[in-house]
Amino acid sequence: MTTTLTVNGKPHQVDLPGDVPLLWVLRDSIGLTGTKYGCGVAACGACTVHIDGQAVRSCQVTLSDVEGEITTIEGLGTPDAMAAIQTAWADHQVAQCGYCQSGQIMQAAALLAETPAPSDAEIDEAMRGNLCRCGTYPRIRAAIHSAADLIRKA
Amino acid sequence: MSRIGTIARRTFLIGSAAIVGGVAFGVYKYRQPAANPLTAGKGEAALNPFVFIDQQGVTLIAPRAEMGQGVRTTWAALIAEELDVELGDVRVLHGPPAKAYYNSALMGEALPNKGYDISDFQHSIAEILGGAAKFMDMQVTGGSSSMRDGFERMRLAGATARETLKQAAAGRLGVERSALKTKAGQVVAPDGTTIAYTDLAEAAALIDPPDVTLRDPAEWRILGHNQPRVDMTGKVTGTAQYGIDTRLEGMKFATLRINPKLGGGMASYDASEAEKMPGVEQVIDLDNGIAVVANNTWLAIQAAEAVKIIWHEAPYPPDTDGIFARIGEAFETKPNSTMRDDGDADTIPEGATPIEAAYQVPFLAHATMEPMNATAHFTGGALEVWCGNQVPTFTQKACAEAAGLDRDAVQVHTTYLGGGFGRRGELDFSVYATKVAMAMPGTPVQTTWSREEDMRHDFYRPGALARFRGAVKDGKAVLMDGQIAAPSTSQQAMGRWLGLPAGGPDKAHVDGAFNQPYAIANFRIRGYLADLDVPIGFWRSVGASYNGFFHDTFLDEMAHAAGRDPLEFRLELMADEHAPSAGTLEAVREMSGWTGKTPDGVGRGVGFTYCFGTPVAQVIEVVDEAGGIRINKAWIACDMGLALDPGTIEAQMIGGMIYGLSAACFGEITFATGEVEQYNFPDYDALRMHNTPITEVRVLETNRHMGGAGEPGTPPAMPALGNALFDLTGKRARELPLSKAFDLLV
Repeated sequence: MTTTLTVNGKPHQVDLPGDVPLLWVLRDSIGLTGTKYGCGVAACGACTVHIDGQAVRSCQVTLSDVEGEITTIEGLGTPDAMAAIQTAWADHQVAQCGYCQSGQIMQAAALLAETPAPSDAEIDEAMRGNLCRCGTYPRIRAAIHSAADLIRKA
Repeated sequence: MSRIGTIARRTFLIGSAAIVGGVAFGVYKYRQPAANPLTAGKGEAALNPFVFIDQQGVTLIAPRAEMGQGVRTTWAALIAEELDVELGDVRVLHGPPAKAYYNSALMGEALPNKGYDISDFQHSIAEILGGAAKFMDMQVTGGSSSMRDGFERMRLAGATARETLKQAAAGRLGVERSALKTKAGQVVAPDGTTIAYTDLAEAAALIDPPDVTLRDPAEWRILGHNQPRVDMTGKVTGTAQYGIDTRLEGMKFATLRINPKLGGGMASYDASEAEKMPGVEQVIDLDNGIAVVANNTWLAIQAAEAVKIIWHEAPYPPDTDGIFARIGEAFETKPNSTMRDDGDADTIPEGATPIEAAYQVPFLAHATMEPMNATAHFTGGALEVWCGNQVPTFTQKACAEAAGLDRDAVQVHTTYLGGGFGRRGELDFSVYATKVAMAMPGTPVQTTWSREEDMRHDFYRPGALARFRGAVKDGKAVLMDGQIAAPSTSQQAMGRWLGLPAGGPDKAHVDGAFNQPYAIANFRIRGYLADLDVPIGFWRSVGASYNGFFHDTFLDEMAHAAGRDPLEFRLELMADEHAPSAGTLEAVREMSGWTGKTPDGVGRGVGFTYCFGTPVAQVIEVVDEAGGIRINKAWIACDMGLALDPGTIEAQMIGGMIYGLSAACFGEITFATGEVEQYNFPDYDALRMHNTPITEVRVLETNRHMGGAGEPGTPPAMPALGNALFDLTGKRARELPLSKAFDLLV
């Protein structure tokens, strides 16, 4: 059956069963590979996207359950026009292998939208669902604080 | 230390082919240049296999796996420093698998020295052994070796290219080459005229490269300074391409299910239900499991789970207890190695206090964030493979064999790696993808493992046991006698890479124990190899990942038995043996304000390991809180000898420590009915934002040799944490993971 999704402001027609998780719709049908598969059970956060601005694990939302506009890492900013949070990530040279960073950035972007100047405890609470096996957490924390400053000054 | 005859007679795991074949042969062959794998088209100049210039620009080849350690950037920086180009202005690519991209430093690690005591003579032997890597096709990223490998060769590559371009410009301008300068990708004439390298490429291709000398490090403008990583923009915008992101025209999506009784075969399967499921195109018999090809990865995973399979048994004891009993039996066999045997370790010195302890660490998974995957396109006479891997030449060979093709008919494209830690030094995921593609000729197929399949089909860090006995007298260690038992990772992994039966003393098995820089008069380390067919492989820091815990925890126990401060106890034994190592301990003492005393509810521990050429000391502080014991702070000091990119080294030290702390706290792979009992991150967790300590790093540069960065941060984290928990609770941690005996903040 055909479903229409709005991803990064553009409509996409998808012909897949309704129980396919959004993650696999984005990656395998629409071709937006910035959103990553890590665990499939909402335990790592690598697949985090926004639906109407809320951070969600796209491995847990089925195609038929999607209601609202989807934003992926590709919709946040591009190499030539990065979002402030991506600039902060680059300034702090956060990424190592980088595989989890799309999810980290999407989670942090949702945090900053709700809490413009988060405390360390608020960062802990918001980010603890996002796993990074390279151990970039200290630089992620620093980048979130910097991003908050950049957004405030913008 | 060793005479050349001794080295030549002994067979070592990695270097055996070169040593048995003879050093002279190695020297002779070493000096023959390997074929340049980059063939230049018209208007291009492949000056050497690492620098590629055409009308569009300058491309540098960094043929090492970028798995997060920053190698693509720092490797390119070595070339750029001498070539006089800006990292932001050039393209950096991985390049094809090729003999010319062999790893010379990795073979040097096969020498029987302790590392910190290396002599100039052994340095030259290491170079000869390094030449042997070329004949064994060892284009390997591992062993924290890339910078040691590339340091001279890549600067020479850059300098040679620069001088050749200058020669071409000299011919055009009618001036001497010596009168010309270079800057930012241009040759600059005395009158200020500039010619871009891109305009000189064609002429330079016709010139024999002149001899060059390397610049004085005092003149460096890139090396030694923090560089923005060349992969950063891609990785923060979701545009960096990992293996799993490969997308080809008409590509299908597959997954696999392999016998969870590892190494066992498949008796039969029934795919009748799976074949009817949505999106499914084909179910493929892989002999020891099945693959499902579909139009979506998730649909393939659902169908694979619906296949009914009867498995054969595994070739090892079915449960964890039986496996560890087998490992323990190794203590009854002849030692595989006695890599250190100073003084008389059999006899407790008169008047000394004896002490004994036994330790155990579990099997561990690599758990890279990107699950194993590869994409393959088989067209009958040719094969293309896309994947993140640490061993392109071995991957090419293994896929060619699986497809029944010549190596020349197989192209391997190495993408970014979503974590490696040693796991992507294996060949299984590429070979399985090849077999799947062969069942779909003409159609590219991506084969992605589910997280569960990845977790339960790893080449695990082996479980290991240790028995240590020692003696203290007058506040000092006077005897240390360690015995370490585990199956041999090197023998298994080398067999898979080279198809050669590996034998001889396994140095990696006792790394992190025998080569620790302590002046203990009676000091012996013996390694015992268990006969066990559980699949095991290189895991960040390899043998040091367990020996660091064994050796350093025992030192802490000895300090306690001697009634001494554990940091001062170590420092005193180290001061005359290896000053750079002592320097790291002094640094963390100062950074942490170490007094040897902690308030109630706070514990501090020190840990130290020397491995991969780098001494690393860590102090870890734990606090007892309502939610459990939390790792509050950490201080790390390392001595790199030469720090080519301090920012990247800091990141590796912190990341390495967190990888070690994650394993120490929570990491454990167990077995029941022949199967791994852990499936996914909920039962194989790691540190996260809220339980990662605030960490400070100091990078020292006093060591005589450059050390590795990717692995040495991992081993000392485990004993440092255990020692801190002892300080806090009075309970000694002799078994990992620590969450079994301590109430840690999860």
